Amino acid sequence: MDMNQYLTMFIDESNDHLQSLNENMLQLESNPDDIGIVQIIFRSAHTLKGMAATMGYEDLASLTHQMENVLDLVRNEKLKMQDFIFDTLFKSLDALESMVQDITEGGDGKADVSAIVASLQSIVRGEGALPNGGIADESHSAAAVQGIELDEFQFSVLDQSISEGHKVLYIQVTLREDCQLKAVRAYMVFETLERSGEIVKTYPDVQEIEQGEFDRVFSLYYITQRDTEEIESQILGVSEIEITSVVALDHETLQQMVQESAATAEAVKSVDAETAPAATKLAETKSAPSPAKESKASARNAGGGNPSRTIRVDIERLDVLMNLFSELLIDRVRLEQLAIESKNQELTDTVEHMSRVSSDLQNIVLKLRMVPVDTVFNRFPRMVRDLAKTLDKKIDLIITGADTELDRTVIDEIGDPLVHLLRNSADHGVEPVADRIAAGKPETGTVHLRAFHSGNNVFIEIEDDGRGIYRENILKNALKKGVVTEAEAASMSDDEVNQLLFAPGFSTAEKISDVSGRGVGLDVVKSKIVALGGNVTIYSTPGKGTNFSVQLPLTLSIIAAMLIRMGSEKYAIPLSSIVETAIIKRGQIKQVHGSRMIQFRESLIPVISLSRLFEVPDFDEVLEEETEIVVIRKGDRLAALTIDDFIGQSEIVIKNLGKYLPAIQGISGATILGDGQVALIIDANAFIK
Amino acid sequence: MGEEIKVIVFKLGEEEYGIEVDKVQTIERMMPITRVPKTYAFVKGVINLRGVVIPVINLRGRFGLGEIEATDQTRVIIVAVNDMQVGFIVDSASDVIDLNTDSIDSPPEVVGGIKAKYLRGVAKVGEERLLVMLNLSEVLNKTEIIQLEGLEE
Repeated sequence: MDMNQYLTMFIDESNDHLQSLNENMLQLESNPDDIGIVQIIFRSAHTLKGMAATMGYEDLASLTHQMENVLDLVRNEKLKMQDFIFDTLFKSLDALESMVQDITEGGDGKADVSAIVASLQSIVRGEGALPNGGIADESHSAAAVQGIELDEFQFSVLDQSISEGHKVLYIQVTLREDCQLKAVRAYMVFETLERSGEIVKTYPDVQEIEQGEFDRVFSLYYITQRDTEEIESQILGVSEIEITSVVALDHETLQQMVQESAATAEAVKSVDAETAPAATKLAETKSAPSPAKESKASARNAGGGNPSRTIRVDIERLDVLMNLFSELLIDRVRLEQLAIESKNQELTDTVEHMSRVSSDLQNIVLKLRMVPVDTVFNRFPRMVRDLAKTLDKKIDLIITGADTELDRTVIDEIGDPLVHLLRNSADHGVEPVADRIAAGKPETGTVHLRAFHSGNNVFIEIEDDGRGIYRENILKNALKKGVVTEAEAASMSDDEVNQLLFAPGFSTAEKISDVSGRGVGLDVVKSKIVALGGNVTIYSTPGKGTNFSVQLPLTLSIIAAMLIRMGSEKYAIPLSSIVETAIIKRGQIKQVHGSRMIQFRESLIPVISLSRLFEVPDFDEVLEEETEIVVIRKGDRLAALTIDDFIGQSEIVIKNLGKYLPAIQGISGATILGDGQVALIIDANAFIK
Repeated sequence: MGEEIKVIVFKLGEEEYGIEVDKVQTIERMMPITRVPKTYAFVKGVINLRGVVIPVINLRGRFGLGEIEATDQTRVIIVAVNDMQVGFIVDSASDVIDLNTDSIDSPPEVVGGIKAKYLRGVAKVGEERLLVMLNLSEVLNKTEIIQLEGLEE
């Protein structure tokens, strides 16, 4: 399994979530009583936890889990936000950030978070801020002199250089007090040094030094082949240098040096809510034997596992590109018409060429936005496997249709809801082995994850063969939680009861576990999917299993469609939902149980009068002896729409009808035709129940 | 002291109405409208305004005034409120005037057959002229429309 494929996504999403966490935390700090913000933070943290756990970054997950515990108390108003809680949470965010950073740079995202976890836990237990001396400030100033903090990469470079027989020097240069051009002198030192070796790291950093933003002293790590004395005399050769100390380092001294600076720096980071012993412990863990670090560093170099080379483009820019392109497309259609009318051969040729180029362009623009659902799906097998282990169940995940393509916007958003639904199926759907055997089912439960196109929609279904949904259980719980009243409960249909699972505040999970959430579950799933313009439905047979069917719009902005005429009005029907077009005689329409049907291939399919449905003012097929039909499909069900006339096939740009109009059954949007008129796009799915 | 605002003046029948200039995107002549089936009766359909599809409502119909045929004077005022773009069909639109918000009085119960809740107030312009200021967010309030439609069924 190729981790890189979703590593990039994980990194991107984590960064987004961290960003939003930071922003919202800052907002919360100015309005500590706004529970709404806490909710947002909580959800971000929750998602981050889920993603980290899925990717196997345990330290990330455990830290977020602790944060979540604190936030959970806050949002249930059991805990009031106070300064030290903010500090600890912010510190946790910093730690999370550095872990994600490490992952981005190819590391494994491991870090010692025990100290922060401990303080988060103490908050949850209701203990106040732990004593914290003024260690921070003192040690900060100490850090400046005692050495330079190195990141792991730099450390490994130095460490390896020593192994390979190079000299690693720690050089501290002090300029004369009356030195006028500090930056210039420093630059001259750098230049001298770079002639015979390599500078790895300086303190302060190079930019600051080159701008003269330092106080007489600067220090650096240097790799060279020359002798210590030679280097020292070279540096002193630069004018206005007062003293320089050049120390050659070996493995141990380097390690020591780094530890000292790291320890002091860590102490700075882990300011308050942090006991002194914990800080020492932190330093101790940092000073763990170097072999581990070495092997890690070399493994990283060998693997070279950089996330795949992509650039992340703001989706808004793609939208702009798409909009501009659609304008072009409208003009193209118009030009084609004009060319045909004018009968000018040269113009026609040019327009034809332009059409070809623009359809290539269109393919590329569309492809930019389309991503196979596989990019989301392929992290699930691992997740379900781990879930099954945690829950001590046997679960087979069967994925079909992973190559179904979806708009990137939808892909980006659909991950979390699917994780929730899968977890839900594994946790609440599939029964423990013993129960399954007792119910006469195979030991191993099956969860199907399917994706497929249907008309203007993509469906993703998560179906398990578990215990199904029992009406009574849901109603009992809903009544207890106050989601419905007795009277409402009695009159609800089974479908309505099933939908209660998505009601806010409804969570059937009895205990808080890592697997099923704590009420952030299904209502968030639903609202997310609805926000994407989709819908989610539950089908369930008690004892047999449950099917969550997620319907998502194909937010493809350009589609191929059949334009039709209804009297003076024009409509577009997406080609994807058309099976066939035909002409039928009035006599072929039969009355079956009061509905009008026709024979199509081997079966009878219903005939739907578009003119009646849309109350078309100037066309009615009843007046015609022969009428055109379009056979449409939804999944494997068919129906025939009677229409006035076909205009032809065309590429159309989907536009929405604006926010003001409510959703109209049978209409999925609008498009602008070559003549500038608006034509409505028919949503064939709505006609087939 | 109230502030000075600029107001677009338009007519429905004999009555003059005003919308703040900053809520108005553009004023267009009548153009071909594509009928949208199965929606509110006063929604005339959608238009193509430079590549954007915008719903157009008949303001007379919205206020329960009788509808009339479009004339040369008929205009479509495109307003943008709460992220929504909507076109209003009005009998005519001709004028932009300056108004001090102090001169806007709270509206009487019904003005020219329009309920007070749709109105921001009545402004006196000059000696004789009365200008009815619309409360756009109420006019475009969807929950109210749904109730209204429910009653009619």
